[in-house]
Amino acid sequence: MISNPAKFCPGCGHPIVLMMLDKVLTDLGLRDKAILGLDIGCSLLAWNYLGLNTFQTHHGRVTPTVVGYKRAKPDSISIGYTGDGGAYAIGIQNLIHAARRDEPVIILVVNNTVYAMTGGQTAPTTLQNQKTTTSPEGVLEVPFFGPELLKNIAHEDAFIARTTVNDPKTCQEYIKKAIETQKAGHFACVEFLSMCPTNWKTKGSDTLNFLENMSTVFKLGEL
Amino acid sequence: MDNNKKFITGAEVAVQACIDAGAEMMYGYPITPGTEVFTGWIGGGNKYLQTEDEIAAGFSVCGAVMAGQKTFTATAGPGHTLMQDGFSMAEGMRLPFVSIVAQRGGPSSGTVIYSQQEVTLACFGGNGEGMRIVYSPSSLEEVYLQTRLAFNYAWKYRFPSVLLTDGYMLKTRGVVDLDQFKDLENIDSYPLIKEGEVKHWRNIYTFEEELYEELEKQKKDFEKVRDEISEAEEFETTDAEVIVIAHGLVASASKQAIIELRNDNKKIGLWRPITLRPLDDKSLNKVVKGKKKILFIESSMGQCAKLVKDELDPIISIEMEYLYKPAVGIGVDEIKEFINKNI
Repeated sequence: MISNPAKFCPGCGHPIVLMMLDKVLTDLGLRDKAILGLDIGCSLLAWNYLGLNTFQTHHGRVTPTVVGYKRAKPDSISIGYTGDGGAYAIGIQNLIHAARRDEPVIILVVNNTVYAMTGGQTAPTTLQNQKTTTSPEGVLEVPFFGPELLKNIAHEDAFIARTTVNDPKTCQEYIKKAIETQKAGHFACVEFLSMCPTNWKTKGSDTLNFLENMSTVFKLGEL
Repeated sequence: MDNNKKFITGAEVAVQACIDAGAEMMYGYPITPGTEVFTGWIGGGNKYLQTEDEIAAGFSVCGAVMAGQKTFTATAGPGHTLMQDGFSMAEGMRLPFVSIVAQRGGPSSGTVIYSQQEVTLACFGGNGEGMRIVYSPSSLEEVYLQTRLAFNYAWKYRFPSVLLTDGYMLKTRGVVDLDQFKDLENIDSYPLIKEGEVKHWRNIYTFEEELYEELEKQKKDFEKVRDEISEAEEFETTDAEVIVIAHGLVASASKQAIIELRNDNKKIGLWRPITLRPLDDKSLNKVVKGKKKILFIESSMGQCAKLVKDELDPIISIEMEYLYKPAVGIGVDEIKEFINKNI
């Protein structure tokens, strides 16, 4: 149930993830139980997109806010929604410790390789040689593999996975598994490879090619 | 000793107040001199989480109170600086965020036990306008009462609330009669987000005018409750020619100095802000009107004096002297000497 028109740019991957989330929550009859916490960045645009209870937080702080909410209301389905910068740069300390403590929250990370809201700066996930407004000569470092890092410290029953927005079926499947994991009392993190034609400066099939290339760097599947 | 009197530390008093206020959960991170509030709470078998930093503690409190849980944190110094991240969100979203802050010397890691240098941070930290309630207790009894009030006003009006104290106060052991507060009632917590009622709690706005409207409303709400919340002590002020303005433990020492100087017929009084935010401007302006001089005494370079001067009626023109000793305690003899020099 969409309550407002999307404010995302044309071609953005965010609405796909959000619609899949909405569909799964509706199918499972969990819309009332769900709370969607939003990080700052393009994620914040989801604040009134879905007819779900939401709260915005600060940049990088959606994880501890959702942790506080879930601990206070254990019967809720507590979901944090964030970009790759919020999750893996400014918010990594909080994300790591939530995973290590096996907090029963779901963190959905939309990875589009850039800080999109601020105009396409280098993120931890920017690909090698990719040019951004803060790496005009191209990025030298190897990108950050969030789910792989979390897998090393998370509980064995935690659900950690990566998929891509051009595979909506798997998006739904992983969101569903993340919810089941939370119900079983464990941590879940799903990364979605996503598109940002605005900042990638790509058109049409180039955007999809960029996304396809991402999935050769960031391995898809359950970890 | 009477049965209802206890010989306990300030930290133990604060913990008892949180329990009696109906607090259900604490998020914390160890930092001197506030750690004993955390360990005392944990030692009592209460629900808690030791977070990875003060930022996480602050935001977890924000999340918990949105779910309706009476929750709090405690911090100090550089931790208090980090806590401003969550505090600022609580201010922006009007969340009933409660924190006990134990001031230590600053800037930076400074010293670890005492100062009055976190007044500006507690009142105006973050990128906002300082719509917060800040208490400055002068005694162990006040640590108790003001912690209870911080919870009550936080949940009644949804302004973040701070008990601003220090390590001397929290580590001091004294006889406290908590029975006198037994009739104090709690304001219940309630979920800000409810199942079946779709709400979007925002802290970021698309248009400048939207935020402007929200801030105007906050300001109006804050002013509306100022008279109810703001509190000050007026001690020997009626016939006084000179008024000492001090808060917290420095006010206790000043009061003792004034009692002793009154024996020598010195016409001196004390005005003590009990709430630093909102400040009791009516009491302040009534007390200082027509007086010869104000003596500001504090363990900072005038952080409280700035708040007070900001609230003085423009028509009041009065001589002012200052005893500013940042990050050190100020004793009765030193205060007496300073007053004698300036009376």
